[in-house]
Amino acid sequence: MQNDRLVIGGHEFTSRLFVGTGKYKDFVETKKAIEASGADVVTVAVRRVNITDRSKENLLDYLDPKKYTILPNTAGCYNVEDALRYARLARAAGVSDLIKLEVLGDERTLFPDTAGLIEAAKILVKEGFIVLPYTNDDPIVAQKLVDIGCPAVMPLAAPIGSGLGIRNPYNLKIIMEMIKVPIIVDAGVGTASDAALAMELGADAVLMNTAIAGAKDPIAMAEAMKYAVLAGRLAYKAGRIPRKLYATASSPIEGML
Amino acid sequence: MADVIQIQVNGEQRSCRADATVGDLLRELAIKTERVAVELNLEIMDRKDFDHRSLKQGDRVEVLSFIGGGAPVEAQGKGRGFIRAK
Repeated sequence: MQNDRLVIGGHEFTSRLFVGTGKYKDFVETKKAIEASGADVVTVAVRRVNITDRSKENLLDYLDPKKYTILPNTAGCYNVEDALRYARLARAAGVSDLIKLEVLGDERTLFPDTAGLIEAAKILVKEGFIVLPYTNDDPIVAQKLVDIGCPAVMPLAAPIGSGLGIRNPYNLKIIMEMIKVPIIVDAGVGTASDAALAMELGADAVLMNTAIAGAKDPIAMAEAMKYAVLAGRLAYKAGRIPRKLYATASSPIEGML
Repeated sequence: MADVIQIQVNGEQRSCRADATVGDLLRELAIKTERVAVELNLEIMDRKDFDHRSLKQGDRVEVLSFIGGGAPVEAQGKGRGFIRAK
């Protein structure tokens, strides 16, 4: 697995587990969990600086940008205009041209507004952003995003933070077969087996936040996810046996009494 | 005494010296300029211009930085840290 690198928009990654930084108890826990996960890519949100209480520490004081690739997102944006504004602010804050593009369609499900997503992606790609779009498990939309110039697509496994796991493995499998750029399964993972399944299906990476941050022991879960993604990737590359209804003996019959 | 102007910073009213630049404001707020984005009257500034752009009466300044986030929580869209175009 030494040379099993993931390349997206000129950026090269060793780990195929991408992690979010929300919902942790504090920055120390965030840092420890990210270290335990072995992730190279860490997503962050862009928000107003607290000007009344400057004693508040900055997340990036805990995450060395030389060690991690910081992937800003447009989380919380429900229209194209807001998503563009946040993407441009993220770039102005000076980390990179990478953006995890989210244009949400509904507050209850947090499902993506794929029409808005395509519109925003078109504009940002033209502006030179490396756009990683958070999308539905819809192969046609995924293809449109690739045609626009997105160097990877990020279909959901299940609603964000739901922990429901892979709800539609068949759609994800079709996306993986149809789409020629890296597929990052994003959102909805609940536990390690979900991450392993995503990788066994052929995902190039998995992105998660709540499954780790919301676990009883986030640091232990981060480590579990590291191994799950590795195991799933190895199993995918090894090639699983076909499913059969009846048994095939593993031990030879010859030599029996 | 220098003249004082009223501006809005991250949604809150604030007064500052009439000859202050955006850079002066950030220093006064003890905000490190690395890894922040500044929007002045809805236009994103180039950080090179922080020390050259003077503030004017009624300017609306937004100072943003990175916080923990990944999968968004519902509350994030409604929190005080979130700015909206609409």
